Amino acid sequence: MFRYILKRIIILIPTLLATSLLIFWAMDLAGGDPVDQILPENATFEQKAALREEMGLNDPFFIRYFRYIGGILKGDMGESYITHRDVFQTFMGRLHMTLLLGGSALIFACIISIPLGIYTALHQNTWKDTAAMIVALFGVSMPNFWLGLMLILLFSLKLGWLPSGGTGGFKYLILPAVTVGLGLAALLTRTTRSAMLDVLRQDYMTTAKAKGASRNRVIYNHGLRNAIIPIITAIGMQFSYVMTGSALAETVFGWPGIGRLVVDSINKRDTPMVTGSIILCCVLMAVINLAVDIIYAFCDPRIKAQYSGKG
Amino acid sequence: MKLFNKKKSDGTEMIGRSMGQETWRRLKKNKGAMMGIAFLILLFIGTALASIFYDYDKDIIGMTRDRFMAPSWQHLFGTDNMGRDIFARVIYGAKYSLFISFGSTLIGLIVGLFLGAAAGYYGGLVDNIIMRLTDIFYSIPYIMIAVVVVSILGTSMSSLLFAMALGTFCNFARIGRASVMTVRDMEFVEAGRAIGLPTWKIILKHILPNCLSAIIVQTTLKVGSNIISASSLSFLGVGITPPTPEWGAMLSDGRSYIRSSGWMCLFPGLAIMLTVLALNLLGDGLRDAMDPKLKR
Repeated sequence: MFRYILKRIIILIPTLLATSLLIFWAMDLAGGDPVDQILPENATFEQKAALREEMGLNDPFFIRYFRYIGGILKGDMGESYITHRDVFQTFMGRLHMTLLLGGSALIFACIISIPLGIYTALHQNTWKDTAAMIVALFGVSMPNFWLGLMLILLFSLKLGWLPSGGTGGFKYLILPAVTVGLGLAALLTRTTRSAMLDVLRQDYMTTAKAKGASRNRVIYNHGLRNAIIPIITAIGMQFSYVMTGSALAETVFGWPGIGRLVVDSINKRDTPMVTGSIILCCVLMAVINLAVDIIYAFCDPRIKAQYSGKG
Repeated sequence: MKLFNKKKSDGTEMIGRSMGQETWRRLKKNKGAMMGIAFLILLFIGTALASIFYDYDKDIIGMTRDRFMAPSWQHLFGTDNMGRDIFARVIYGAKYSLFISFGSTLIGLIVGLFLGAAAGYYGGLVDNIIMRLTDIFYSIPYIMIAVVVVSILGTSMSSLLFAMALGTFCNFARIGRASVMTVRDMEFVEAGRAIGLPTWKIILKHILPNCLSAIIVQTTLKVGSNIISASSLSFLGVGITPPTPEWGAMLSDGRSYIRSSGWMCLFPGLAIMLTVLALNLLGDGLRDAMDPKLKR
């Protein structure tokens, strides 16, 4: 298991290098002279030229890129052109807000979707199943930022129950988390249902019933344990969706997370902030994917055996 | 494959229906899919008629004195902050959303299938390079890719198309690769090679038709999700910008007036949701109709 994790981390390095090169190159193409953003508007031509030379902006592309990578290896991701704050610290200072939002959305989605998915699979083709599936289909068809706007319209403006934005206690978390989580819940309900339906058709389910296991034991120990792998895969694949959803929900609710940070920095052409944030996002996604793979091993002894066998 | 061929000759009736006919026969029984198709046809007709009946400069981006009017018989969806009829803008704007989502899906489909098929067919180094590339695009949330691309190329229809195609092609690359790999070593491919067919012809004519159903289903669903993506980008201010009546841009406009004129946010969003719902219903229906496991 340990060797497997190590191998995954080593594979990650070229991917991250390629990603950083792509982003660095893209931001280089995006143009815009950073010197104009740093110096006041009335700076003379000489001042600008001097700063450009000092920052090494006149060097060839690859020299600048390798200097950047060298900086990262020393733990220095540069500082923002605009706020002059350290990129890594700014990112980390906002990361917990996005993790809080994404995490609560995911928990909300799982609490709704897994029981509902199992229930609908067990009652396949009844009106309850159909009704739940229609609702779920509406859920996956809805743009989540619009859902956010509608929730604000209903719960903050009409009913006045919840705040329409900002941060604070638990009250401030509910609407953004539901906004990100509802579409996810709809998607996971569909996944859970079809995974359960696949499992229910298997012969070992009949065997379990025939040997006299209780209904709950058949459903949860024999059924759900086998259906859980596709469900976890679906959750793992949705992290990118959660990040995107958070970026939008952060805009709607004024939530100070990293999605908002990246979008704002791009609009302001804050190159170091953008490059650094996107690279850190990739690291984050990679860590999450790795975590998902490790969770697989805990859920499925067959996969665990594979890892420890080949290393 | 004749999808709408009603006049079946006796011969084909004896042998059985073609894949298209069989799919259509089963799809017709699916109420949801039929509702989806009906909605999409209505939307296409509506947006075509709107382009004829409404004058872009006057009705769609012009200004009138009827600002912030609540929905009524005169203005079904109400009017916005410039006094423009929201119903007209929603119907007229459908063509932007549809064009961007269909266009970007099509580009992503062609590029993705080409790369995926090449990766699956050649294997080895080609496979490794192409699939690592798609991994990169998979690991960055698409919205960040799109925002970066749009900020490089500037906000325009073509840069939005390009940005969204970048987020789309990896799905199709994976489908293409997987399906090529399952049939690559089968006899009919070997036969094709033996009679001296060029590689591109083998891939295009003998391998890809085998994964047609997966491609059609994925395309339908992807068009739907790309409508959401396009409107999300416009909402963030990096897609289509006002005054163009794109649905996401209208929502972004309406957000500032949500306290007083909620309908400005309600209707463009409903339009997005119903269109995507129609595409999802159709996609699900197609999947059920094409799934050989369910064949009776």
